[in-house]
Amino acid sequence: MGEDLNIISSILETKEMVVPAVSYFAIIIGAIFVNNVVLAQFLGICPFLGVSSKVETSMGMGAAVTFVMALTALVAWPIQTYILVPLHIEYMQTIVFILVIAALVQMVEIILKKLSPSLYQALGIFLPLITTNCAVLGVAILMIQKEFNLLQSVTYSVATALGFALALVLFAGIRERLDFEDVPKAFKGIPIALITAGILAMAFMGFSGLV
Amino acid sequence: MIPQLHKSVSLRLRKEGKMNKLKIVISGIIKNNPTFVLVLGMCPTLGTTTSAENGMGMGLATAAVLVMSNLVISLIKNLIPDKVRIPAFIVVIASFVTIIQMLMQAFVPPLYASLGVFIPLIVVNCIILGRAEAFASKNSPVDSMLDGVGIGLGFTLSLTVIGAVREILGNGSIFGIPLHLTYVDAVSGETMSYMPLTFVLAPGAFLVLGYLMILFNKIAKK
Repeated sequence: MGEDLNIISSILETKEMVVPAVSYFAIIIGAIFVNNVVLAQFLGICPFLGVSSKVETSMGMGAAVTFVMALTALVAWPIQTYILVPLHIEYMQTIVFILVIAALVQMVEIILKKLSPSLYQALGIFLPLITTNCAVLGVAILMIQKEFNLLQSVTYSVATALGFALALVLFAGIRERLDFEDVPKAFKGIPIALITAGILAMAFMGFSGLV
Repeated sequence: MIPQLHKSVSLRLRKEGKMNKLKIVISGIIKNNPTFVLVLGMCPTLGTTTSAENGMGMGLATAAVLVMSNLVISLIKNLIPDKVRIPAFIVVIASFVTIIQMLMQAFVPPLYASLGVFIPLIVVNCIILGRAEAFASKNSPVDSMLDGVGIGLGFTLSLTVIGAVREILGNGSIFGIPLHLTYVDAVSGETMSYMPLTFVLAPGAFLVLGYLMILFNKIAKK
């Protein structure tokens, strides 16, 4: 009898241990596949349509966005929790966050230039574009809205950025092949890209209900 | 891609020289239509047009910010040092976005709730910063305001049309008024819609915008 109780309590303990791990897993899968930032939430469409003509450049863009998004979460979350909320100036969120992101991108650019010129060569051209990438500001606002803690916020940001990179690379692969196809004249350029994205979004709808 | 577009727009504007006031407004609706010609501000265009009403609400909110920020930027353009003009523009735009956000939260809470994160994201809408840079920082306050009205109306019109098409195709209604495109299911006895819900969901946004863009280019080029 005592042994049974021990087993039950150990099961309960492991369950308690498992719960947060599962929720992190849910955040990651949800952000990459189910609510893909580009194909389900429509954030970051400009780079999605603009930078996605080659697989290599889209990988570079994906890496740069992941880097900046993780940093943004690390900086924006403490600002919201320890400055904006105690002072009751939550309405300043939009202004403060956009300035934080702009400053962060500038800083990353300067530091990369000094420390690692090779990485700067690889990511450099994408960095100025990221300030106006609405996915970065969008994720910062969404993680506050979802009331995540710091670790969850960083997880969510990185996972969202990975989802962005995934969509970008997939789309670039399709567009590289589209270049060789005989597309009707009226469809050339942005329209065929949008229709392709529509079909890709339809494929991603298959993930809905997964988490 | 985006800086190139801005350059072409400002070049086009310079070539036209002195435009009369009405021309400024009309060029924003057709010739420089932000959605179908300039292809700017795609995120709210795709994200908020689930219904005609939502599309129109988003368009009007963006237009209000655009008109006010164009006016203010044109008024203070000589006070801002050239090097810090972009951050200064962003702060002006962000202030107006915050004002619009608070007004919408107070007076149209259902619309505010359905537009969600896209209201604060008006800050990073390339149309607004693009017009500040390409038009308001070079022209008189009145002309800048009119440019804001034109581009704003063009954006509102495009978003309303996309929203209406998606609402009709996906939901069988327009501006919330049902078109009665329904049938009663013989087995379950429930009222079902003939229309595929996909058009209200994510894929429909891309597809409808893609096909409308083709249609707009065909008509506008004639």
